[in-house]
Amino acid sequence: MATRTAERARDDTRLALLFILPALIGFVVFLLWPTIRGVYLSFTRFNLLTPARWSGLDNYTRMVQDPVFWNAMGVTVYYVVVNIAIQTALAMVIAVLMQRLTRRTWLRGLVLTPYLVSNVVAALVFLWILDYQLGIGNRVLELIGLDRIAFLADSGWVIPTMALINVWRHVGYTALLIFAGLQTIPETLYEAARVDGANEVRMFRRITLPLLRPVMAVVLIVTVVGSFQVFDTVAITTRGGPVDSSRVLQFYIYEAAFSRFQFGYASAMSVALLAVLVVITFVQYRLTRAGTSDLAGGG
Amino acid sequence: MATVTAPATGDDRAAGRPPRPRFGVGRAAAWVFMALVIVAGLFPFYWMLRTALSDNNALYAGGDSLLPVQFSWGGFERVFGLQTGQEAIDAGGAGQPIAFWRYLLNSVLVATLVTAGQVFFSAMAAYAFARLRWRHREKVFAVFLSGLMVPAVFTLLPNFVLIKELGLIDTVLGIALPSMLMTPFAVFFLRQFFLGISREVEEAALVEGASKTRIFFRLILPISAAPISTLSILTYITSWNEYFWPLMVSYTDRSRVLTVALGVFKAQKPQAGPDWAGLMAATLVAALPMLLLFLFFARRIVNSIGFSGIK
Repeated sequence: MATRTAERARDDTRLALLFILPALIGFVVFLLWPTIRGVYLSFTRFNLLTPARWSGLDNYTRMVQDPVFWNAMGVTVYYVVVNIAIQTALAMVIAVLMQRLTRRTWLRGLVLTPYLVSNVVAALVFLWILDYQLGIGNRVLELIGLDRIAFLADSGWVIPTMALINVWRHVGYTALLIFAGLQTIPETLYEAARVDGANEVRMFRRITLPLLRPVMAVVLIVTVVGSFQVFDTVAITTRGGPVDSSRVLQFYIYEAAFSRFQFGYASAMSVALLAVLVVITFVQYRLTRAGTSDLAGGG
Repeated sequence: MATVTAPATGDDRAAGRPPRPRFGVGRAAAWVFMALVIVAGLFPFYWMLRTALSDNNALYAGGDSLLPVQFSWGGFERVFGLQTGQEAIDAGGAGQPIAFWRYLLNSVLVATLVTAGQVFFSAMAAYAFARLRWRHREKVFAVFLSGLMVPAVFTLLPNFVLIKELGLIDTVLGIALPSMLMTPFAVFFLRQFFLGISREVEEAALVEGASKTRIFFRLILPISAAPISTLSILTYITSWNEYFWPLMVSYTDRSRVLTVALGVFKAQKPQAGPDWAGLMAATLVAALPMLLLFLFFARRIVNSIGFSGIK
């Protein structure tokens, strides 16, 4: 009996091939091949109707000389910084409070609710709430004696506003990620600190913050990479305006491809975005490792 | 099971050891802050409902009321095509027909195809990676995992070109296909669970002469019902909320899903200004299925999030 089982165990190769075949096709055809092809297309002129023609570095030289591209890159980075700074700080506070107040599911469920709707829904609701003439947001500003703000039509306000709209949708999700990280910190550490007479603020700074560093690094990688890909909110609310003040990179790429049919140029800009994301992930990954070793030393 | 008991023990502990009095003010302030967070999180939902039930012309006439202004079902009637063109225009709508049921059906079709395909095929692959013995298993798995490094957005343009070459532009299948066969995350997620299943049950079934295929269908899948349904719910929600990819692929009502339809609806601006009542009604109806899903599976979704992000 035992030998028969062992024989079967060694004989799995053909069965395994069958089992991974659909996923393997999916991986090769819709993930690996498009990745390679995306890089290839960035070296071509391609308008979708005639076959792609090799054009060397043309798209890249054009890209570095394109002020709209650099503006888009700047706008995107600005968006990411505002979005991630507010979202991470707020999510951290929410996570710690949930941990200290109640770990019941209902509270986490309520906090997560905005995450269940699409970016499109979030964008439309805030387009209405923040409408210059009729939006409740501006009515409230007036009521408390402030001037109306053209949140999504003013070049100074548009990016912070979009950053906040997406904080609304994603902060609960981020808080739950951090909350999960908090569960890994042993309760005994807090008990010991309490015996020593530490207060909540001190415990947060001396226990929670340092022990959470590796988790925070992972959370930051996930949220920063997501934030860089912002598109839906812009496409629904401003379509890049006023002028170019909300023309984020992903929207400019979309326009290049689908308004001007410059798939080669769009691909080159996609490669640039990919490169930025890889560098950021790599840097943050190194920070994670640094955080882990700190933790080992401190814990 | 563990996911259900973990928060419960937390509650017990909290109940068993009441907070010290000196935290009283701090705790009250903390609760106030959490209440504000929840109000800010939920207010837009109320505002959608309040606006959707208002008369659009009355909204333009001004109305600070927190309740619907001149209560009306008009917004919903325009969404579901129950108003004739002229009626809709008089009520502040665009007067163009909206094939709302068609978009709803398309959304359901896309999300169902993606979820059923992705979860099933990923489960098969995960079983091969967790339980079958074959050469280069770990190497192939590492290659799959490396797919996590490619941001979703990078593959969209080349995938669009591919879907066009396959002649699937503006079809429901064209929208669903790229994520129907696997995602690296789904394979990884399920493999982790399959690795945790006790080998003894499997060995016993093998001794009784069951094939590995039978073991997968009759043993592994039923045992993993909880993680599989969690993954299915998350996949369904993600797919339902997708905007960028279906925006590229669908051009007409034939394949248009709700998110894209909302964008089109918003762009059909009537002369006087947006039909806010109709738009909020449409927004609410588009969001409602996922909110209902959340209502039923809140615990499962909430508890899965630590896993999906961190591990």
